Amino acid sequence: MSKVIKTKRGLDIPLLGDAEKILQTPPRASEYALKPPDFHGLVPKMMIKEGTRVKAGSPLFFDKYNEDVVFTSPVSGTYTELVRGAKRRIMEIRIMPDPEDDYIDFGTESLSTMNREQVIQKLLKSGLWPMIRQRPYSVIANQNDKPRSVFVSAFKSAPLSSDMDFVVNGQEDDFQAGLDVLGMLTDGGVHLGIHADQTMSKAFTEAKGVQIHRFKGPHPVGNVGIQIYHVQPINKGETVWYADVQDVIIIGRLFKKGIYDARKIVALTGSEVLNPRYYRIITGAQINSFAVNNVRSENGLTPRFISGDVLSGEKIAPDGHIGFYDDQITIIPEGDKPELLGWLIPTIDKFSVSRTFFSFLMPWMKYRHNTNIRSGVRPFVITGIYEKVLPMDIMPMQLIKSIMINDIDMMEKLGIYEVAPEDFALCEYVCPSKIEIQTILREGLDTMRKEFT
Amino acid sequence: MKAIHNLLDKVRPNFEKGGRFEKLYRTFEAFETFLFVAGNVTNRGSHIRDAMDMKRTMFHVVIAMTPVLLFGMWNVGFQHYKAIGMEVDLLDQFLFGLIKVLPIIVVSYASGLAVEFIFATIRNHEVNEGFLVSGLLIPLIIPVTTPLWMIALATVFAVIIGKEVFGGTGMNILNPALLARAFLFFAYPAYLVGDDVWIYTNLQEGQQLIDGFSGATPLAYLAIGEIEKLPSVLEMFLGTIPGSIGETSTLAVLLGALVLIATGVGSLRIMLSVVAGGLFTGLLFNIFAVNPYMEIPAYYHLIMGGFAFGTVYMATDPVSASQTGTGKYIYGFLIGVITLLIRVVNPAYPEGMMLAILFMNVFAPLIDHYVVQANIKKRLKRMQTAEVKTT
Repeated sequence: MSKVIKTKRGLDIPLLGDAEKILQTPPRASEYALKPPDFHGLVPKMMIKEGTRVKAGSPLFFDKYNEDVVFTSPVSGTYTELVRGAKRRIMEIRIMPDPEDDYIDFGTESLSTMNREQVIQKLLKSGLWPMIRQRPYSVIANQNDKPRSVFVSAFKSAPLSSDMDFVVNGQEDDFQAGLDVLGMLTDGGVHLGIHADQTMSKAFTEAKGVQIHRFKGPHPVGNVGIQIYHVQPINKGETVWYADVQDVIIIGRLFKKGIYDARKIVALTGSEVLNPRYYRIITGAQINSFAVNNVRSENGLTPRFISGDVLSGEKIAPDGHIGFYDDQITIIPEGDKPELLGWLIPTIDKFSVSRTFFSFLMPWMKYRHNTNIRSGVRPFVITGIYEKVLPMDIMPMQLIKSIMINDIDMMEKLGIYEVAPEDFALCEYVCPSKIEIQTILREGLDTMRKEFT
Repeated sequence: MKAIHNLLDKVRPNFEKGGRFEKLYRTFEAFETFLFVAGNVTNRGSHIRDAMDMKRTMFHVVIAMTPVLLFGMWNVGFQHYKAIGMEVDLLDQFLFGLIKVLPIIVVSYASGLAVEFIFATIRNHEVNEGFLVSGLLIPLIIPVTTPLWMIALATVFAVIIGKEVFGGTGMNILNPALLARAFLFFAYPAYLVGDDVWIYTNLQEGQQLIDGFSGATPLAYLAIGEIEKLPSVLEMFLGTIPGSIGETSTLAVLLGALVLIATGVGSLRIMLSVVAGGLFTGLLFNIFAVNPYMEIPAYYHLIMGGFAFGTVYMATDPVSASQTGTGKYIYGFLIGVITLLIRVVNPAYPEGMMLAILFMNVFAPLIDHYVVQANIKKRLKRMQTAEVKTT
């Protein structure tokens, strides 16, 4: 077997509410939505009017700055409502589904008879192209680029994240078909990152036409960014594309069946979920279609619904919709209650990476972590803790400071191309000064992108 | 708990915009957040945050300082009664020290916090917790005989010139507490240097100093070459010797170090490298010894003067220290080296810890600069090899 890449730095936050390996298929949601804010930096232009009937795979809108990238409906039904936010920004495109899905046929031409250009065109037309993202910047890939290579991470390490072995079960062929498609996109090969001990599924360990890399370590080792860094770090001017396992599966189905079959498996997790488990849904589904009646209701405790994981997910309403890239819903308690001398009192119900709480003495404990910030924002004071949760030879504090002063030259020198907000999420989590590190890093990436494109 | 919170809610409007005490809003807020962790929730980025914050961090440093504080109070009394030849029990010795030291602490906190609150109001930011530590450090590193007005002046100077002009906590270059001491050291040397300042010897009627009394510190003896007068190793380690209020006991400092290391609040890396630098230089002196001072065992330096105290509480200040991992080794090691150079080679100052740390505070950004450059070079080199491969 190939050598194992072990990372030491990182942190597994012990949270309550890991999903049990039970798969349920809930009834069809009463509403589906596509949320343009899921795609960072996108300015959507609508292609249809409210009230239009759509099929699964019908175009809804396109990217104003890259008109070939269209976004299509995951279900068939009626486009009912456009939700706008501040400054009239388009937040959601809502679709009322038909009882049964009717698909647009994109053809089942064999991959072996297609060239790279045709593959890209098929992905663009079907609305699956946004599933392929790029580093640097962590945005939708530009179809005109030639990526150095393509990466897929076959395991997740974020708190309470889905077990990919469980998810891929029964869809092995679709996954392999998707990998084959990705192989057409690059001359540099497809790299698949698996967990050295935990990845068992043959879909991953015996995947064909890819280079397999074995990883081991605490979160964020499952992040594709960390894996790219340890296999082939991104240098200035290079582009690497990546896709999630379930998106690869959906791409595989497109080429096998010729349709946009947007079904995916999501984990419903978190301390406020009564029975955390997996659900087979269609992307964009309103979450109360499966989360309802499964949320703990306690007097005075408001639950927070997160599409994604607790570190990098998006806050959504209880009747909100799962995000395009997410395969996890996390529900945790809000921390909106003041605590008397909360900073001083020694308690055992709080987790901290520092040893100023007792959690370090009780490694077996799992926590019902709430959303309290615990302090106002302070300048950087404590040093050396950010490095401990970032398994890359990058200086997180120095990089963040260079972004704060908008020093483009320094950001580049300190390796901003190699990172994405999700890789720095743990830095934000541990920061005792409560600095919004992911937001700042995203601003830095936006600055660089504007500067160079 | 509900009652206190309701009370706060009731008086809050007075401090908010348009209220009667609008100008005191930041002061009110500081007390409010001291009493209650606010019910503020995350709205961007990570939904959960580590339970540790600045208040708890600083509070743990204060906990780590209690052994030296308590011992220092006792030693003030112990040295006083020893000087006048009176036999009293432990409690009386401690109470004497308590009465002498408490006003110093109160003055230090009051003057420093006043400046902090004023600047927080002017700059409209939350009051930072950094001074909780500085305010207790200052009393521990000065002689018990320092006049209170001088302490207030030095504290105000240190907080304004050392910290606020750079932008407040987190932006300062020098350790504020040490700057306060340096200010006194150079502005009022008669109160900070010499053999008469370390022990409280203001006599009441009927009291007199014992024959042959000397208030000299071990380092003072060494500076004038009277090595035979050094206290025993045990005395120096336990700290029953003259010196600044909190610096004398290596044992108490070690207890504090244990707290800082166990909780991870203080940098073990810096502590170890300061000690390594001190021992290394001490051994070098031993090898090339040309006078009796250079011949004393290297470990003596660790238990004399402010070496232990400075290593554990001063050099580890995360803001003024080197901020990179590798930088911390260099920074700490050089503090150890320079301290001994000042002590042994420089004829002007018997003690070198304060100046060594301040000197390295100034150089810490330079050290960091080179560490960061090394990281950048590595990245550039990787890019060049990648280019060679592809072309």
